[in-house]
Amino acid sequence: MAHGKRPHYYVALGVLLLLWGSTWGLFFAPAETYMGDVQRIMYVHVATAWNAMLALTFAFVCAVMALWSANTRWDSRLEASIETGVVLSALLCMQGAIWAKPTWGVWWDWDPRLTTTAVLVFAFGGILALRQFVDDPVKRATWSAVAAVIASADVPIVYFSVRWWNSLHQLQSSPETVSRAFHWPLRINALGILFLMIGLISLRTRVAALRREAEQAPPLPVAVPHGASLAQGARS
Amino acid sequence: MKALWAALRKDLLLQWRTRAQAAAVYAFGASALLLFSFAVGPQAALLREQAAGFLWLGLMLSSTLTLAESFQAEAEQRALEGLLLLPASPRALYYAKALANTAALFLLGAGLLPMMVILYDAATPRVPPLLGIVLLGSAGLSAPGTLYAAMTSQARARQTLLPLLLFPLVVPVLLASVKATSLIIHGDPMGQLGSWTLLLTCFNVIHWSLCGLLFERVVED
Repeated sequence: MAHGKRPHYYVALGVLLLLWGSTWGLFFAPAETYMGDVQRIMYVHVATAWNAMLALTFAFVCAVMALWSANTRWDSRLEASIETGVVLSALLCMQGAIWAKPTWGVWWDWDPRLTTTAVLVFAFGGILALRQFVDDPVKRATWSAVAAVIASADVPIVYFSVRWWNSLHQLQSSPETVSRAFHWPLRINALGILFLMIGLISLRTRVAALRREAEQAPPLPVAVPHGASLAQGARS
Repeated sequence: MKALWAALRKDLLLQWRTRAQAAAVYAFGASALLLFSFAVGPQAALLREQAAGFLWLGLMLSSTLTLAESFQAEAEQRALEGLLLLPASPRALYYAKALANTAALFLLGAGLLPMMVILYDAATPRVPPLLGIVLLGSAGLSAPGTLYAAMTSQARARQTLLPLLLFPLVVPVLLASVKATSLIIHGDPMGQLGSWTLLLTCFNVIHWSLCGLLFERVVED
């Protein structure tokens, strides 16, 4: 876990890069031949997709480590990475819907990647809900790690089942599949969201660790009014 | 293996003794099938076309009631801790419970089939393959469902948590079961039934292995 102000610097750097890349993509990069200005959402959409998958992959690693090692830090990292991954995946679905309406004519289509991302939001969102309803920190850590491993193992099956069911989405975008003119804003935004994600995961890890410490701390002593005896204070 | 049989016998006996609850779950599933038809309207052709989807949605919704209650006896008076003290592997306890849940869901699904035929006019002479799909689908719901039921039975708001955790996970089971059931009812000119059955089988193999491995960690801590 990062200490001191380092996570804040990551967040600040991420925001700056995101502003730079988005300004470049919105105002200076050329418009795409067929989609026109609608394509400009790709600069955040594709970058969000890469980082959302990265956050949830990190969540899987944290879940395995939380089950394997007794270090509670992995549980804090798991909580932080699931939260960040769910937020990024939800943003990804929203950006996809905004792009899909003018391009495909519908807000939502049952395409494999779209549907798998929505399933991921609900599967990992369910784990966050589970954490809220388990009071014992040891059970909470184990159960959420187990649920995260199972949800991660389910992702390829969900993807292939929906792919067999229906498919419309275009091929994955990467710097190799898009014109050179679009490379730099996409790369800058991807880096921006990466730094933002690292900063947010570090900060949330710290909050989760502090919350755990507070849960395990002994109860605060009862305040004794001035002039009252200890026995009276204990009774009150 | 001996421990697995003993635990399975115990779980099947528990299911038999709480059969009044199973009847209530069946009534819930049947009423869900009745209500789904109101969402579509009295169009016989459309209802027949969607029959498989309605059957599996009904079974999936009912399954949460069966699964949520499956660890109720173990949650009361710390009976689970007593079971774990026995010279039996926690894995045997998991597989016994998951098999008993599969049996309960299979019976529920098989019981809902006549309702589907009557309400949606979705009859088929191919009953054995249909029962095979109901069995595979029930096993697919039961494997992760049993593991999550073990967790949520010890948590607050278990009736809400179980479907919240289970439903996104069993999307492949729902898709494959609906498709396979539909192909059996309406015919399979492109020979797709094998692929969907294979997907259901793969889901079952992965989840029965993985959940069996992880169950020990869920009940140990």
